[in-house]
Amino acid sequence: MATQVFKIADTFRKDVKYTFCPGCDHGVAVRLVAEVLEELGLKEKAIVAAAIGCSVTIYDFLNIDALESPHGRAMAEATGIKRARPDKFVFTYQGDGDFASIGLAESMHAALRGEKISAICINNTTYGMTGGQLGPTTMVGQVTTTSPTGRNLEYYGYPIKVAEHIALCDGTAFSARVSLDTVANIRKAKQAIKKAFEVQLKGLGFGFVEILSSCPTNWKMTPEQAHDRVRNEMMQVFKPGIYKDITEKSGK
Amino acid sequence: MAVECLTGKKVLIKGNYAIAQAAVNAGCECYFGYPITPQSEIGEFMSGKMQELGRAYVSAESELAAINMVLGACSTGVKAMSSSSSCAVALMQEALSYATADELPVVLVSVMRGGPGLGNIYPSQGDYNQSTKGGGNGDYKLIVLAPSTVQECADLTYKAFYLAHKYKNPTVLLADGLLGQMMEPVEFKPYPYPEIDNSSWALTGAKGRDGRIIRSYAPLADRQCEFLEKLYDKYKKIEENETEWEELNAEDADVVLVSFGSTSRNVNSAAKLLRQKGLKVGTFRPITLFPFPNNRLAELSKSVKKFVVVEVNMGQMVNDVKLAVNGRVPVELINKGVGTPPSPEEIAAKVEELM
Amino acid sequence: MSNIVIDESRCKACYLCIKECPKKLIKVSERTNNLGNNVVEFCDPDHECLGCAMCATRCPDLAITEVYRG
Repeated sequence: MATQVFKIADTFRKDVKYTFCPGCDHGVAVRLVAEVLEELGLKEKAIVAAAIGCSVTIYDFLNIDALESPHGRAMAEATGIKRARPDKFVFTYQGDGDFASIGLAESMHAALRGEKISAICINNTTYGMTGGQLGPTTMVGQVTTTSPTGRNLEYYGYPIKVAEHIALCDGTAFSARVSLDTVANIRKAKQAIKKAFEVQLKGLGFGFVEILSSCPTNWKMTPEQAHDRVRNEMMQVFKPGIYKDITEKSGK
Repeated sequence: MAVECLTGKKVLIKGNYAIAQAAVNAGCECYFGYPITPQSEIGEFMSGKMQELGRAYVSAESELAAINMVLGACSTGVKAMSSSSSCAVALMQEALSYATADELPVVLVSVMRGGPGLGNIYPSQGDYNQSTKGGGNGDYKLIVLAPSTVQECADLTYKAFYLAHKYKNPTVLLADGLLGQMMEPVEFKPYPYPEIDNSSWALTGAKGRDGRIIRSYAPLADRQCEFLEKLYDKYKKIEENETEWEELNAEDADVVLVSFGSTSRNVNSAAKLLRQKGLKVGTFRPITLFPFPNNRLAELSKSVKKFVVVEVNMGQMVNDVKLAVNGRVPVELINKGVGTPPSPEEIAAKVEELM
Repeated sequence: MSNIVIDESRCKACYLCIKECPKKLIKVSERTNNLGNNVVEFCDPDHECLGCAMCATRCPDLAITEVYRG
């Protein structure tokens, strides 16, 4: 008798079809969020503040309550929702441009206030939906449509290491960076998302996961090459790991 | 939890505190703000009161964040507000555009100061256009209420919450530094309006139903057209039902002085001075700046020989009066750029010149 | 007997699952879906599937909808 070891989470809308590009890791990240929501029994009390960019489409896929936010303001929207309804489970799903560029003030201050919110930030080193421009996480040397000769430090300055910055905020209960380049890392990523959700449920503070994701379309790579890049380039600079976890005694 | 409404007795109170107290009485559950003169007393009052009542107060990192927190709170159906002033209300325009498209019952108190730019902290009416025409993108309207006394600051705060929820549209209480800072006796009535049922749309978690999405994003042109038609049907209904103004001796007047907000106080005194001189002068004060009392002004333009608009800006409402009057009679302007309104004597003298 | 279920209408032909399968039981089909993609198909004549779900975990498009182990 075979047992079912994988199914599409009930958190998804009926007959869901992603609109992401082929091979895009957003699809995996959204699925992990859906699975964790289901496993923690949060579907009926979850409210997501969606962002702007490829990440906004999360509300088309998940069958939960959702509020659209202006670009960069998802964390402010989430703060408003959580303060108005502290009994709800509130999270954001944002890209790196939304979370760490235009919305950096909102992100840092939500973490500093220790808002009981969970946040997912997809780091793919580019502005995806607008066609692959230089963003806050674009790597040194990376060619984008607005860094045609590569990101050179003299001209463009440095990319931001988001998980490390959020970990420095005293209101943060959990901050981690994970990758989706391999199945093993996808499984680790799910554990991190779960932890970031649980610290909210326990009222401990801000929970955060930065997810290193591929963007084959704008990187002009095959899905497989894109994962090689995540592994060989991104993970060398944006090192995966748990940067803060106040539930661990030795929590950094 | 019982709320101290200060009802039944008159209290001497500053406009800003009157607004804040009225918001608390109205059942405002969440206040999000960032300091700016001349409205900081609202946030100061709220910081203590909301905590005491077990409600939410957040000292936001910016006005951008503050107004977006209001959108978030409103999406769950509760009464929520922010307050700010001129150059900082400018920062909120994007969110107000979103809130109209998302049909969220946002309440914003805008206490005007001098502009453009940083300007100064003197009273001004320079944000008439900012409030009624909107600084955000796309076709939308905010409901705009303009008090002229501290009592009205309180009463119209109640009304702002009611209209915002009744029509699911952002509503602005447009005061100015003069009203915010002046003290007058106020009688606080209990919140006089019915509570609006938000259960059909508020985000409360998808329990026993499908997930709700509150969004403005409409990828298809047809859907966006349909939405805008619906939105403007709503605005038509607001114009039919909610247009409010005050007029004094306008029926038989040769000249009607039109003004709003704190300026109307001196305009009414000026009209009295002119009446004492035997001149047939009346006054007209829009209380709702949107919806603007176009129809009544058009009607008056059949008997009135001249309208004189008095405002503390370079001439903003005057254009709406001209549109309403539609060229039937002349519309003149008496104005100053910023500061306290011209005195009754100054206004009277200028009106006499124009007659 | 372990096996997987593929929803071909969701397949966007990224073929990440093909490399992921430790037994190489997934291959490009000659069939196309309404996206015009040559979808993937599951071929396991010798019942080698481990039910490890690595393919479903890797698939970014929810196209592998069920995995059974047994």
